[in-house]
Amino acid sequence: MRRTDRRLRWTIALVLAAGAVITAFPLFWMLSGSFKPQREAIDFPPTLLPQDPTFDSYTQLFTDLQFGRYLVNTVIVVLIGGVGVLLMAMAGYAFAKFEFRGKRWLFFLVLATLMIPVQVTMIPTFLVINGLELTNTLVGVALPTLVSGFGIFLFRQFMTTVPAEMLEAARLDGAGEFRTFWSVVLPMSRPILAVQAVLAFIAGWNSFLWPLIIATDQNSYTLSVGLALLNQQISVDPSLQLAAASLMVVPVLVVFVFCQRYIVQGFALSGLK
Amino acid sequence: MGRGLTPYLFVTPAMLLLVTFGVLPILVAAVVSLTDMDISGLANRDNVGFIGLDNYQRLFDDPDFRDALLTTGFFVVLGVPSIVVLSLGVALLLDRGDGRFVRALRAFYFVPAVTGIVAISLVWGYLYNTQFGLFNYLLSLVGVEPVQWLSDPALAKFSVALVAIWRGTGLNLIIFLAALQGIPRVYLEAAALDGAGAWRTIRSITLPLLRFAIFFVTVTTMIAWLQFFDEPFVLTDGGPLGATTSASIFLYQEGFRNNQFGYASAGSLVLFVLIAVVTVVQLRLRRPDAQD
Repeated sequence: MRRTDRRLRWTIALVLAAGAVITAFPLFWMLSGSFKPQREAIDFPPTLLPQDPTFDSYTQLFTDLQFGRYLVNTVIVVLIGGVGVLLMAMAGYAFAKFEFRGKRWLFFLVLATLMIPVQVTMIPTFLVINGLELTNTLVGVALPTLVSGFGIFLFRQFMTTVPAEMLEAARLDGAGEFRTFWSVVLPMSRPILAVQAVLAFIAGWNSFLWPLIIATDQNSYTLSVGLALLNQQISVDPSLQLAAASLMVVPVLVVFVFCQRYIVQGFALSGLK
Repeated sequence: MGRGLTPYLFVTPAMLLLVTFGVLPILVAAVVSLTDMDISGLANRDNVGFIGLDNYQRLFDDPDFRDALLTTGFFVVLGVPSIVVLSLGVALLLDRGDGRFVRALRAFYFVPAVTGIVAISLVWGYLYNTQFGLFNYLLSLVGVEPVQWLSDPALAKFSVALVAIWRGTGLNLIIFLAALQGIPRVYLEAAALDGAGAWRTIRSITLPLLRFAIFFVTVTTMIAWLQFFDEPFVLTDGGPLGATTSASIFLYQEGFRNNQFGYASAGSLVLFVLIAVVTVVQLRLRRPDAQD
């Protein structure tokens, strides 16, 4: 009994380890390829590790191509996304802690948007952004996904647990409504705030469809669009493209390593939807 | 500033954005779908004409649209069971194997879920490359001729789907793991006392208790595959010969390559209705055992 138990345990660990290696392999391949000189990258048979590692591809991204600009644009889009998190927190707070006319109806609206798929809103959203004359601006790129019904819903769920006495105490101390929100409610909501901030970072950083549709001018490309179009422009330069891909993936990996807890929590919460 | 106004001040900015980009688009799509709006209509409203239901008529006669829907159906049939089975299987294994080693392995499985699709598709594109790709090299080691992973129409469907399966498993794995952790240990201990083996316990205790999680993952995964876009867009651009043109790719091409905004809007509403119907049917099917 004991022995088969242990053998089973080992088998499971081995199967899982093999699966983990296979799952992570494409990412390893990307990093390895990004350091190969162009000639080596199209060698057959392919080499597992670069024989003659070089940073050339990365340099080329920033000197010959405009990836420095795309990187800055992406960071700006992500920062605008941070404003979105704040707006969602404010709305969640109002739904959780205030009674007001039309509240139920508005909250129903929030939940209803969860059911509308993104691709279906592709063309109308483009028309709206175009109507606001925000095409080819980073604000236009960030706007369609700035707030989500799910984000508001999560904030509301969490903020209902903030004790009303805390709010009353702050108000008695003469704090204004926004001050109360800022220095009492937000600090108490730090766990959900962290989850949403990390998810917003990842979503903004990776976002592809909206930048693709809304940014048609080089100057407002984000990394994802720059990369996708690089794919179409340059016929065969794997090292360069893999370097660009790494530039896009590595920051997210770093965030993942440090914030894995929040990411896992956030994804698990999406199971509540 | 009275308290009466406060909640509105807090709620307005977010609601304004949500309505503009979450609710309004459906209405705009409905209106635009009844017109012949194209690039000239974008510049000048006078060039937009009302054409009634012509776009819908055209859609149903368009073999390309029908093919795109069939392709989407293929992706759903292939992708949904693969992701559910794979993520559930790995979650069960990860949940069983405790200890620091297995715990550390979890991160590897989660990672694909957070990586940017464009970057990832590109990497897979090189793995699939016919001349110098790794997959064909590995095949050549066992004496198999080079395979046209992305340029053979029949095979390309599978190659593209595999990337999406690889990427979609991590997220659902996390949902399953969370659900597994919610199962009270006493149930499992009771089963062990009764002499139930591992397989038996999974079948009679774990899986029934995971019913809601499985249902949830199935529905959300199906919705995601009905909207399948990113992977075929970057890997094959809908090719070869339209073999990987999903409904969403079709809509993108009509809307933003051919600038047929009216026509594409009509298509997007058809897709929306389709997704809604599939979701409602699933919710209905689920109802009989809702009281567990």
